[in-house]
Amino acid sequence: MDVLTLSRFQFAVATYFHFLFVPLTLGLSLLVAIMQTIWVRSGDEDYKRMTKFWGKLFLINFAIGVVTGITLEFQFGTNWSRYSTFVGDIFGSLLAIEATAAFFLESTFIAVWFFGWDRLSKRAHLVSIWLVAIASNVSAFWILVANAWMQSPVGFTVRNGRAELTDFVAVITQKFAILEVVHTVGGAYITAGFFVLGISAWHLLRRQHVAFFTKSFRLAAVWALVFSLFEVAQGHMNAEILGTKQPMKLAAMEAQWETMRGAPMNLVQWPDEKNERNRIEALSVPRALSLLAHYDVNAEVKGLKEVPPADRPPVLPVFLSFRAMVGLAFLFIGLSAWAFLRRREPVRSSPVLLKALVWSIPLPYLANELGWTLAEVGRQPWIVYGLMRTADAVSPISTVQVGVSAVGFVLLYTLLGIADIYLLAKVARRGPADEARPEPAPLPARA
Amino acid sequence: MLETIWFVLWGVLWTVYFVLDGFDLGLGMLMPWLARNDGERRVIFNAQGPFWDGNEVWLLTAGGATFAAFPKTYAVMFSSLYTPLMLLLFALILRGISFEMRSKEEAAWWRTTWDTCMVVGSFLPALLLGVAFANIFAGLPIDAQGIFHGNLLTLLNPYGLLGGVLFVLLFAVHGSLWLTIKTEGEMRERGARMAARLWPLLLVVAVAFLAYTAFATPLWTNVLARPVFLVFPLAAVAGLLSGRWFLARRAWWKAWGASAVTIAGAVAFGVAGLFPNLLPSSLDPAASLTAFNSASTHLTLSIMLGVALVFVPIVLAYQFWVYRTFSFPISAAEIERSSHAY
Repeated sequence: MDVLTLSRFQFAVATYFHFLFVPLTLGLSLLVAIMQTIWVRSGDEDYKRMTKFWGKLFLINFAIGVVTGITLEFQFGTNWSRYSTFVGDIFGSLLAIEATAAFFLESTFIAVWFFGWDRLSKRAHLVSIWLVAIASNVSAFWILVANAWMQSPVGFTVRNGRAELTDFVAVITQKFAILEVVHTVGGAYITAGFFVLGISAWHLLRRQHVAFFTKSFRLAAVWALVFSLFEVAQGHMNAEILGTKQPMKLAAMEAQWETMRGAPMNLVQWPDEKNERNRIEALSVPRALSLLAHYDVNAEVKGLKEVPPADRPPVLPVFLSFRAMVGLAFLFIGLSAWAFLRRREPVRSSPVLLKALVWSIPLPYLANELGWTLAEVGRQPWIVYGLMRTADAVSPISTVQVGVSAVGFVLLYTLLGIADIYLLAKVARRGPADEARPEPAPLPARA
Repeated sequence: MLETIWFVLWGVLWTVYFVLDGFDLGLGMLMPWLARNDGERRVIFNAQGPFWDGNEVWLLTAGGATFAAFPKTYAVMFSSLYTPLMLLLFALILRGISFEMRSKEEAAWWRTTWDTCMVVGSFLPALLLGVAFANIFAGLPIDAQGIFHGNLLTLLNPYGLLGGVLFVLLFAVHGSLWLTIKTEGEMRERGARMAARLWPLLLVVAVAFLAYTAFATPLWTNVLARPVFLVFPLAAVAGLLSGRWFLARRAWWKAWGASAVTIAGAVAFGVAGLFPNLLPSSLDPAASLTAFNSASTHLTLSIMLGVALVFVPIVLAYQFWVYRTFSFPISAAEIERSSHAY
C-alpha cells in the first residue's frame, strides 16, 4: 500500500470513530440542559436526577469525542500537507475560529458543570450546561462550514499556487454550508433522542424506575419525532443542491449513467460499475428524479458518463449508503411516531415497541456514518470539489510511518471503543442513583 | 506588519499552552512519586480536573492558528514531525480519557491501567514537545520543496534530547508546585519536597540548555541583535531563582507564579530568537519558512486577528474565573464522599 491509501484509510478510521461520539454530544447536551432547566424552574426532583443520570452518560461520551477530535485537526498537517498548503488560507482559518470561539467555551464549561454542582448557584450551574450545549453546536457549525467548503468551494481565487480567500461571508453563508450544518445537526439530535428512548425503554421493559424513565421517554419521544420529520423534509434540499453543486455525487447516489431530460427514479436497482450500466432496474417512477432534483419533470439530470471514469466517485458505496440512510430515516419517523403516541404511559405500551427502541439505539449512529460516507466518498476523486484531487493532497512522507500510525489508530480506537461501550452500558443499566422517593408498585402486565 | 502580529500571537498561544498545561503534565508524570495510595491518586486526577481540558485547547488553538496564519509552515512542520506528533496525539488521547474512565470501576487492574496512561500520557508529551521545539530552534533538514530529509532518530540528537529533558523538568516542578496549592497537609509537603528536590536539577539543565543553545542555534545572536528581547531569558532566570526563594518561604501561589514566569520566559526567548523564522531549514537558509513567506493572505490574517482580539481576552477572562473558583485545596476524603469528582 502507498502513503495515499494508508492516509485515506487512517483518516477514515479517525473520522468515522470521532463521529460516533460527536452526534450524541450535540444532542444530549441540549437534552440535559433542557432537563436541568425544567428542574430549576419547576423544582421537580425527578428532573434533577434525570440531569445527573443522563449527564453521566453524556460525560463518558463527551470525553472520547474530545480526545479523538484533536487527531483530525493535526492530520491535515501530518498526512495532507499539500492540501493544507493549498487551502490553509480558508480552511485553516475556519478550524482556528472553531477552536477560539467555541471549543474553548465547551471544554472549559464542561468541567465547570461537572465540578460545579455544589460550588455554584443553581442559576450559574444551569448557565454552564447551556454554554456547553451552545458551544458544542457552534463548534459543529464551524467544522461543517469548513467541510462544506471542500464540497462546494466559494469565495476564493487561485493565486500563488493556492486558494486565497476573497469573500469570507460567502464562505460561511453559502447555502451548501447551511444545509450541511442543519442536516448534520438534525441527525445528531435524532441520535440523542433514540439514545434516551432506547435506554428508557430497556428499564421500562423491566418495570424499574418507571416514573423516572417515563419522563425521560416522554421528552425524548417528542424530540426524536420532531427531528426525524424535520430531517427527512430537510434532507430533500441537500439532495437537490447536489444537482447544481455536485452533479456526479447525485448521479452516483441514483446510479444514473446517462445524462437525460425527464430522468426516472428506479426504486429497485443495482449498479454495475464495470459496464457503466445498472444490472437491475425495476419499479421505475417516470421523471421522478428530474422532479426531485430540479422541481421540473423535464429537467436535465447529469449522468456519470458525462465525465471520464477517473473523475467519477465510486458508485456502489455512494449508491448504497444513500439508500440505507433514507430507509433508516423513514424507520425513525415510524418508530418515534409510535413512541410519541405511547408517551403518556410507555410502560403499558407493547413490548414490541420497547424492544424495538432498545435495538434501535445503534441505528441513528449507522445513519450518521452512512451520511458521511455518501458525503465524503461521493466527493471523490476530489478533496476540494473540482479544484484539487485527493491524490495530489497527500504529504511527501514515508510509507512506513503512516503504516505504523494507521495500525496504532486501529488498535487504540478499538480499545477505546470497547472501554466506552462497556462503561456506557454499565452506567445505563444501573439506572439513576439515590432514589429520592420510593417507586410505586410494579404495574401489572398489559392484558 | 500583520505577519509580525501573527508571529507574536503564535508565540503567545504556545506560551499560554505551556504555562497552563505544563502543570497538568507535570502532575501526571510524577503521580507514582506524589501519590501513595488510591485516594491520593484520585487527588492527582482531581487537582487537574476542572482545568486540564480547557488548558489543552490552547494546544489545539496553537495548532489551528499555525494552520490559519502560516499554512505552509503548518504543512511542512506537521508532516516533518510526523512520528513524534502521532506519539503525542496517542499519549494525549490516553491521558485525556483516563480522567473519565479511571474511577468508574473498582477493579485494581482497571485503575492501574488508566493510572499508567496518565503517567506515560503526561511524560511523553512533555518530552516530545521539548524535543520538537529544540529541533525547531536548531533547524530541521527540510529542502526548498518542504520535504523532510530525516526521521525520528534525526530529532533525537543531543540538543533535541536536552530540550526534552528541560521541558520534562520545567513541567515536573510546575506540577509539584500546583499540588502545594491544590492540597494541604501530607500531599502539600510532598509536592513542596519534590519541587525542592527537582529544582537543582532543573537549574543545571536550564543553564546547560542556554549554553548549548549558543552553539546549536542562532537564537542568542538573534536575541542579542535586539537587546530588548533579553528580557525573556532574564525573566526565565529570575523566575527560576525567585521560585526557589518563594518555595522556601512556603508562599505557594508565588512559587507557582514564578515557575509560570520561568516557562513563559523560556518559550518567549525561543520564539523571539526564531523571528522571523517559524521553521528554519538546516540544509539551506533559503528553504526556511518564515512569518512572511508562509503567511496567509492579509484578508485572512485580518479576519483572524479580529477573531483573536475579541475571543482570546474572553477566553482568558472565563478561564481566570475558573481558576479562581476551583483552586481551593482538595483531599482524598472529600473526593471519596463526592459524586462529582474523577
